[in-house]
Amino acid sequence: MNVMSPSALTPKDYATDQEVRWCPGCGDYAILKAVLKTLADLQAQPENTVFVSGIGCAARFPYYVATYGFHTIHGRAPAVATGVKLANPELDVWVVGGDGDMLSIGGNHLMHVLRRNVDMQILLFNNEIYGLTKGQYSPTSRVGTRSPSTPQGSLDTPVSAASFALGSGARFVARGVDTQQKVLPEILSRAHAHKGASLVEIFQNCIVYNDGAFSHFTDRSLADETQIHLEHGKPLVFGKERDKGLRLKPGSVALEVVTLGEGGVTEADLLVHDETNRIQAQMLAALEPPAFPVALGVLYCNPGASYEAEVRTQREAAKASRGAGDLKALLHSGHTWVVGA
Amino acid sequence: MEGSRSLRAAGPRQELESAVVRFAGDSGDGMQLTGGQFTLTTALAGNDLATFPDFPAEIRAPVGTTYGVSAFQINFGARDIKTSGDAPDVLVAMNPAALKVNYEDVKRGGLIVVDTGAFNEKNLRKAGYDSDPLEDGGLDRARFLKIDMTAQTLEAVKDSGLNKKEGLRCKNMWALGLIYWMFGRDRAASQEWLEKKFAKRPEIAKANIAALDAGHAFGETAEMPDGGGAYSVPPAKIAPGIYRAVTGVEAMGWGLVAGSQSAEVPLVFCSYPITPASTLLHILAGLKDFDVTTFQAEDEIAAVSAAIGASYAGSLGVTSSSGPGIALKTEAIGLAIAAELPLVIVNSQRAGPSTGMPTKTEQSDLYQAVFGRNADSPLVVLAASSPADCFEVGVQAVHLATKYMTPVMVLTDGYIANASEPWLIPDVGSVPGFPVRFREQAEGFEPFMRDAETLARPWVKPGTPGLIHRIGGLERAYGSGHISYDPENHQRMTEARHDKVEGVVRDIPPQGVDQGPESGRLALVGWGSTYGPISRAVNNLLGEGVEVSHIHLRHIWPLPANLDALLDGFDHVLVPEMNMGQLLTLLRSRYARPFEGLNKVSGRPFKIGEIEDAVRAKLEAVQ
Repeated sequence: MNVMSPSALTPKDYATDQEVRWCPGCGDYAILKAVLKTLADLQAQPENTVFVSGIGCAARFPYYVATYGFHTIHGRAPAVATGVKLANPELDVWVVGGDGDMLSIGGNHLMHVLRRNVDMQILLFNNEIYGLTKGQYSPTSRVGTRSPSTPQGSLDTPVSAASFALGSGARFVARGVDTQQKVLPEILSRAHAHKGASLVEIFQNCIVYNDGAFSHFTDRSLADETQIHLEHGKPLVFGKERDKGLRLKPGSVALEVVTLGEGGVTEADLLVHDETNRIQAQMLAALEPPAFPVALGVLYCNPGASYEAEVRTQREAAKASRGAGDLKALLHSGHTWVVGA
Repeated sequence: MEGSRSLRAAGPRQELESAVVRFAGDSGDGMQLTGGQFTLTTALAGNDLATFPDFPAEIRAPVGTTYGVSAFQINFGARDIKTSGDAPDVLVAMNPAALKVNYEDVKRGGLIVVDTGAFNEKNLRKAGYDSDPLEDGGLDRARFLKIDMTAQTLEAVKDSGLNKKEGLRCKNMWALGLIYWMFGRDRAASQEWLEKKFAKRPEIAKANIAALDAGHAFGETAEMPDGGGAYSVPPAKIAPGIYRAVTGVEAMGWGLVAGSQSAEVPLVFCSYPITPASTLLHILAGLKDFDVTTFQAEDEIAAVSAAIGASYAGSLGVTSSSGPGIALKTEAIGLAIAAELPLVIVNSQRAGPSTGMPTKTEQSDLYQAVFGRNADSPLVVLAASSPADCFEVGVQAVHLATKYMTPVMVLTDGYIANASEPWLIPDVGSVPGFPVRFREQAEGFEPFMRDAETLARPWVKPGTPGLIHRIGGLERAYGSGHISYDPENHQRMTEARHDKVEGVVRDIPPQGVDQGPESGRLALVGWGSTYGPISRAVNNLLGEGVEVSHIHLRHIWPLPANLDALLDGFDHVLVPEMNMGQLLTLLRSRYARPFEGLNKVSGRPFKIGEIEDAVRAKLEAVQ
């Protein structure tokens, strides 16, 4: 464990003096707390850290973190953050947004920032509803969601953030729950450690418009049987008695839940979590209660070159081979002619 | 008279003050290369010139069709050349489709050179001719010079070892050789160019040079039909110095780079491909050694957003598009206005609305530039008037954006972007810089404090200790930048944003009169790429003793401080523009006087004659 110096920053040092304006009981408070703890755990340099957000309840986030912050426009935070990293790759960039911001109006930008692998942490607060516009259904709302804009229930199939991210070519995909204050900072630290775009989907309770949307797997009484916490290199085990596991269903490319000790099943029969296996990550991302537990933790982590670093490499290579640009030489390049006096 | 002489006993060359030549053929006929070579040789001969390429929107249009016709026009002369010319004096038509598409444009009494070898049944059918128009006798607009260039070329290259298909590709050089003879031009530069271009395939270089020489020799020796004469266009009196040819898009790219060097801030150019703006991305992508970063974003919105992110982080964000793409960027431009960040937006305008005519020119985005955003959201608007002018406009856009912490919209158009003209290369070392001073001092800092003179807020690079702050699109408190819904604060901030952009006038030189008297009966007020035709028309009219003045605006918003007084000195003001009257509306609203418009929206630039006619009509009407 690191020995903290006397001047070490505490979570409180990363909080601003601004009044937090989320509804009382909003899951965003818990996420803010986890982020502030993560920054302290990392001893992040405040002046070197930038929080970028779009629009929505979650997007108020930068005002509450004592670092540089830029509250931009709806859906475009990943694109703005890409520009920040292109201009200064040394900055530590975090992007914060909700399911509407990231998967509806900004779905295109999320896809491209992930496939480009621009080095930033993207925190997607998923509450399966539009909060700031007062309760309309969102692209992650389940079919049949009754809302002011869908009084007879929503019709369209929701998108899974983690499956979308993996399909877009993301190299780091993780999931957490707003109230899990011990685990969430660990997941955020893993996201931070990953060089490239890191997507963390955080299940966040909207107490006003969608209260209890995730309680079927986040309630303490159910969590053991409905959540599986992934650890790289460890068998996929869950359950209060640690007696359940996931294995490949024989004769099929599908997962199944098995009980250890039943029918001769041992731990050796279970799948071992491999963070670098994209196909397995996709299977884990698709698991849903009640048939399966929800997969939490790091689903996928397979580092590759980050975009802004490669851009810089190309620029430096151009300078190395051609020398620092000479404007006069550029204007006189190609064919010129002299007109005499 | 320079160059070779006709050996024909037809008398001396006829001297012309200027001439317009258009090369037209199939996309695969190499017309752009041919035009480029003729331009080079014409510049070397000391003429002033202007060119315009006109190529099909289809990438690989079917051979022989009218929509596959590619053309290149050059206007050159012994006097100042302001446009690529109203109507060609000489049209070179390499196939029936090229004749069909270009015939109506040729000046009455002009000359059309056709390759009769390409006028076969198949090509005639593809061009939509029922019978051979050369035989029908209905084409009385111009004189025809009918030559079987196909056969002549094959004869010229028969010893080169090339097969028939390769040999036929030298046809454009044969035509070029003939036109060189026609205008008494030296072939040496093109011969040298061919040797260099085909250094690895000397047999191709040799064949092309043989075709070039043969075309030239044909002119010297053949019995030309009536009017297929020889001309000379003496050198123009132009300012001494080192020149190069430059297109508007090149000059804009280099101007932006020069501006970023003067500001001592690296350039981050973020764009999404769109006709006719994409070339700017290509040019800047090749200038990474100038500390330029280019980013091809996933869409227009991402492009402008990334540019804003780059400016936020301390580089100069620049984005570029054409009208429809600018529309998509609009909300983000509002963010840059609210966050008060520098941003340069280049709009290469095209004919619209909607997809419109992507390869055709128009200047119909002035309203969009000045007014086209939600809320009171002023920004600076500049317009380039010619290809070479793009350089200075690019530099100035960077200067104003960084000095005033504001977005600057630069208007150019499809014509300026693609057209080229000779450019007296500026001495970039002599231009005073305008280095950006980033705020670093923590004492007394507030993110929305303002410079007393410019009202600009400080530019802070994230990473600077002691200056940590948050900004965003929600209204900010004057000074602290904290979120504020306070009514008086919104009034004050809205006024501050307005006054800041209005205050840019202090960096705008007084508006001058380009040609003609400083006051009088009639002024033409133009902006953007109408510069060439207005300038030539006014020059011609002044030469005839007609009293008319030309005022050309670079600064669309804010307008120059003295413009009101200047326009007050004229009894009548006519505003020619390639839209339905957008600058006209702006001027009327600003100065509340009955200015009149002259409007053209055909996707083509004004002709000089159209402007001359309008001036005469106006002066007669007010007699």
